[in-house]
Amino acid sequence: MSVAESLAAVRPRSSRAVAFLVFAVAIALIAATPFLPNYYIRVIDSLLIYILLGIGLNIVIGYTGLLDLGFVAFYAVGAYSYALLASPQLDLHLPFLLILVVAACLGAITGILLGIPVLRLRGDYLAIVTLGFGEIVRIIINNVDWLTGGPKGIARLDKASILGIQIARPVDFFWLLLVVVLLAGLVAWRLERSILGKAWAAIREDQDAARGIGINTTNAKLAAFATSATIGSIAGAIFAASQRFVSPESFTLQESVLIVLMIVIGGIGNILGIVAGAAILILLPEVLREFAEWRILFLGLLMIFLIIVRPAGIVPRSFGPDKLIRRLFGK
Amino acid sequence: MLGNLIQQTVNALTIGSIYALIALGYTMVYGVLRMINFAHGEMFMLGAYVAFLILSMLVGDVGMAGAIALTVAFVVAVFLVGLIGVGIERVAYKPLRNSTRLAPMLSSLGVSLSLVTGMQILAGPQPVAFPSFFPVVRYEVLGGTITSMQIGILVAAFVLMFGLHFLVNRSRIGIIVRAVSESRPTAQLLGINVNGAISMVFFVGPLLGAAGGILYASYYGIMSPTMGAVIGLKAFTAAILGGIGSIPGAMLGAFILAFVEVGGTALLPVITHGVLGTEYRDVLTFAILILVLLVRPAGILGEAVSEESIVYKREF
Repeated sequence: MSVAESLAAVRPRSSRAVAFLVFAVAIALIAATPFLPNYYIRVIDSLLIYILLGIGLNIVIGYTGLLDLGFVAFYAVGAYSYALLASPQLDLHLPFLLILVVAACLGAITGILLGIPVLRLRGDYLAIVTLGFGEIVRIIINNVDWLTGGPKGIARLDKASILGIQIARPVDFFWLLLVVVLLAGLVAWRLERSILGKAWAAIREDQDAARGIGINTTNAKLAAFATSATIGSIAGAIFAASQRFVSPESFTLQESVLIVLMIVIGGIGNILGIVAGAAILILLPEVLREFAEWRILFLGLLMIFLIIVRPAGIVPRSFGPDKLIRRLFGK
Repeated sequence: MLGNLIQQTVNALTIGSIYALIALGYTMVYGVLRMINFAHGEMFMLGAYVAFLILSMLVGDVGMAGAIALTVAFVVAVFLVGLIGVGIERVAYKPLRNSTRLAPMLSSLGVSLSLVTGMQILAGPQPVAFPSFFPVVRYEVLGGTITSMQIGILVAAFVLMFGLHFLVNRSRIGIIVRAVSESRPTAQLLGINVNGAISMVFFVGPLLGAAGGILYASYYGIMSPTMGAVIGLKAFTAAILGGIGSIPGAMLGAFILAFVEVGGTALLPVITHGVLGTEYRDVLTFAILILVLLVRPAGILGEAVSEESIVYKREF
């Protein structure tokens, strides 16, 4: 038996072992989280929020192949929906679940509103217009003082509760976010494998050819923008509820860029990759906290390094959730 | 009224010429590599810091620097930043030349982050006072006030832009750079040193950006490690507005942007009766950018590139 043959014989079993290991570690982490100190749970909460944002943005970037640098605008829409509908600001105190629905709808509407004008643009121009859109939303939030409180933001947001169960401690948000992330991941993954997802992939690979085989590229792109914005907006509402404070500072261009980087470093178009990317970009700075500024420098250099050595991301597109599931439970 | 008009025009020209110097770097890199160099704003910041460092090495007390020291610092600083730009290209972008289109852009984001934090570690995050490179004398022209600093900035910026124009359109180097920008494979087939041309672009772009940074820091009397971000975004907007990849376009876009900004600051509150204040200046800027892109995606002076002529390369 040649070396290659023996490797081929060994690989499936060992990769199944790896898959099981990943799975077991994930389960163990989830099970251990509620027993950690509050500080760590907060870090994990923010990690989950970023994974959620990554799942949302990945629909536009990874599946449809459109570079959106203004994603944070949808995040802001969701956060401010919660802040305005559940705080003394307008003296409205709607229930959390209702606001989630409102935020999701508003997110979808903003997504379509942004989608309509930018559909004609491609590549770099699309990136720039979405970037401008994100900045416009932030500047408006920063300046409409009577509504959003301007740079001071909105404080003293209501405590969230679902069907009478109060969600206030970081652990509560951990469970809520875990459910939402799993749901969003499931939706995104099923969408990718649906006929719509295939249309997105066709647009990503070659827009003209996609149009040639009868795909309505306009509608498919609008659907991508709307779905992605909905997920971003829901993430924003949960973020606002967990912080109980919002200000324009959380919605800068840097934030959009961070989410894009998360996706690209982790593995573009792959939900498992997003989890890996978020883990690196969100957890690493926390782990290296004592090194203060050096950790950001390190992060920047790591980013360059990873992009050069692993241009397809840590977990490449081919190793998606389907593969993980097949490895785990398949024959 | 006339005096005010003159003064605002000069203000717009001054800030516009600084934007133009930076926008040129974006547009040249895009022209040759079809890549948006997000680290370019940091060249602007580096220019100011390197000039400051050289000044303090030359004269000790930076506030007392003489004209010769200032000139030497300016020239040495822009050349050093040019070399830094070439080095960055070698390390962070060159390995990605045959990768996806997005890869070098993201790498440049990493470079940008590293440079800003690196400078924060080296020089501290707080803003630093920057010496004036020109003696401040005020002139009254038809009721408006113009400072010698503004004149100095305008002269310096226009000399540099004229120099670039000469370099690109009249010199052998310019022909090589333009050939590579037109079609890299063809240029390579003709025996042109493509790597050399790209290095040249990454030398000249940061050089101009650094010059812009020194002039800007000198104009406002202050510099900080994060100064590149906002100005970089503005200059980038200017480059797109004029038509990215086009050198005259970048200059035109920069001046249009500056006039919109200055005009918007002065007129927005008046036109809208105070509903929209000067703080909406940047909204106006981006709104104009989006409008221009929707009507004319290639920008004002950009060539409308037909889809077939683009060598197909995946975004991701």
